[in-house]
Amino acid sequence: MTTDLTKKQTYASDKIARSFLILAMSYLLFGLLLGVIGGFQYILPSFLKNKLSFQQTRPLHVYLVITWIFTGAQAGLYYYLPRICQRKLYWEQGAKIHLLIQILVSVLIVYSFFMGEFGGREYLEFPPWLGAFMLLSWIPFVINFFFTLKPNYKNAPVYVWSWSTGILFFFITLSESYLWLIDYFHSNIIRDVTVQWKALGSMVGSWNMLVYGTGMYIMEKMSGDTKACRSPLAFFFYFLGLTNLMFNWGHHTYIVPAAPWVKTVAYIISMTELLILGYIIMQWRKTMSQARKNYHIIPYRLLSFADGWILLNLILAIIISVPAWNNYTHGTHITVAHAMGATIGINTMLLFASVYYIIQQEGQAFFEKKRKITGTGVFITNFALLLFWIAMLGTGLLKISSKLNNETFYTLMQKSLPWFKFFTYSGIVVFAGLFILIVTAISLIRKSSAVRTLTSE
Amino acid sequence: MVKILAFITLFTSYLIYSGFVYSIGTESTVIPNKEEQLTVTKGKALYEKYNCVSCHQLYGLGGYLGPELTTAYSDPQRGELFMKALLQAGGRRMPNFHFNENEISAIITYLKYVDATAVSYKKK
Repeated sequence: MTTDLTKKQTYASDKIARSFLILAMSYLLFGLLLGVIGGFQYILPSFLKNKLSFQQTRPLHVYLVITWIFTGAQAGLYYYLPRICQRKLYWEQGAKIHLLIQILVSVLIVYSFFMGEFGGREYLEFPPWLGAFMLLSWIPFVINFFFTLKPNYKNAPVYVWSWSTGILFFFITLSESYLWLIDYFHSNIIRDVTVQWKALGSMVGSWNMLVYGTGMYIMEKMSGDTKACRSPLAFFFYFLGLTNLMFNWGHHTYIVPAAPWVKTVAYIISMTELLILGYIIMQWRKTMSQARKNYHIIPYRLLSFADGWILLNLILAIIISVPAWNNYTHGTHITVAHAMGATIGINTMLLFASVYYIIQQEGQAFFEKKRKITGTGVFITNFALLLFWIAMLGTGLLKISSKLNNETFYTLMQKSLPWFKFFTYSGIVVFAGLFILIVTAISLIRKSSAVRTLTSE
Repeated sequence: MVKILAFITLFTSYLIYSGFVYSIGTESTVIPNKEEQLTVTKGKALYEKYNCVSCHQLYGLGGYLGPELTTAYSDPQRGELFMKALLQAGGRRMPNFHFNENEISAIITYLKYVDATAVSYKKK
């Protein structure tokens, strides 16, 4: 079975999908900028200390890049849903409401950080009432997803399962991450920290489900092979991922004195998931004809780089999952290297593959003119990310050595300065590479949007 | 149908497992008395209000710009007086939050409580 590369169907909701794409990439752009500022605050202790301290730059950076991941996936879904079902979006007005609430919530969160109003919890550092609004903003999206798709799970391809699971668990885990508001959880530090790791670990799994689903969908469309996403292997991978989402957070809690059974085999599941995903992508690359590779060259390259990052992250995951080694690596930049490899290397590459796939669908002629610069952006991003990743590992190893030598924190920070410079400067180049991808994508989306408006007039 | 059943089984296991984690899996042996608990709660609220998590870690949760604080209270290189000095005036990287004496005392009591629970951490 094959899909037609040239036939294009348009829907009224494409406009809202394009708006979501631009919003998602704006999150990433500002998130990266804040990340670079945060990097300079490692090198220059007084840099913006009284105007925009690290107490503000870190939560801003974390909030914006996390929001890029799930908004990027939502943007893709608003574009793909009508195409999968061959009917218009169930509630187009709802998608607009979603966009408006999300922008409003984001403005309020950013404002609260600038005003020094915090919730003070890892990753969700904004006041808790804004978390409720974040959940609310998802409701129109959920209605559109289920009522447009009307999924029949018996025959649905794996990406439909993946997206549905991502949505369900986002609601569960975001709610769970606010259990600390109940005294039963808040007053017991062991319970509070364990539940926090549990909720956040699974929440990352829920975004991964959304992003991997998107990756699977575009792989199907690019290769024209509709069997792979219905194969037993794909579903084996999905259920492994689901188990991973539910139980893999345990490796974060080796140092928390919770019951020993809480810290069990989950990390092995996580590693297997990455291995299987890598396997599927490699298999998919084999099924792509040269013509299709050339036609979809940018999404193809992005997916291939994601494949490379899966392998690197897998090696790192194996190393840091060994409990005896985890005792040293936990709480160092080695954990950050793993997180960056996953969020930029895997998720961001998959999401940009989706963004550029949509752009090609919207206007191949415009895209051709920007093919070279986009390819350069992809290369710069990945090369610089590799340097950034190595710098994080170096910083982490130095911290381990410092711990073993019983050195003070001040001595550690002095010794780490060259590594801080290394990760900040390579971070700037990552920013430059992604800046090219973002600006090119936004300009192409705006052009195709203008053409669509003229045509419809 | 197999896929749906597999999902239901996994999801049910997840719910049961969550129940265990919320209860017997996370019981603490360190239980402050009522008066101490009030101060600990106040200290924790301040820790959250000033977003200390952006620079410091407790049990691995938090940023790396500042030192890990899980066992700071019993650390011979740091300890209560060292922490008090930093909370009073800030540091090279740490802003001065202008805490009053009661607030400083509450934060230190909270960190003392965290330190007391960090049994497995100290085995490292």
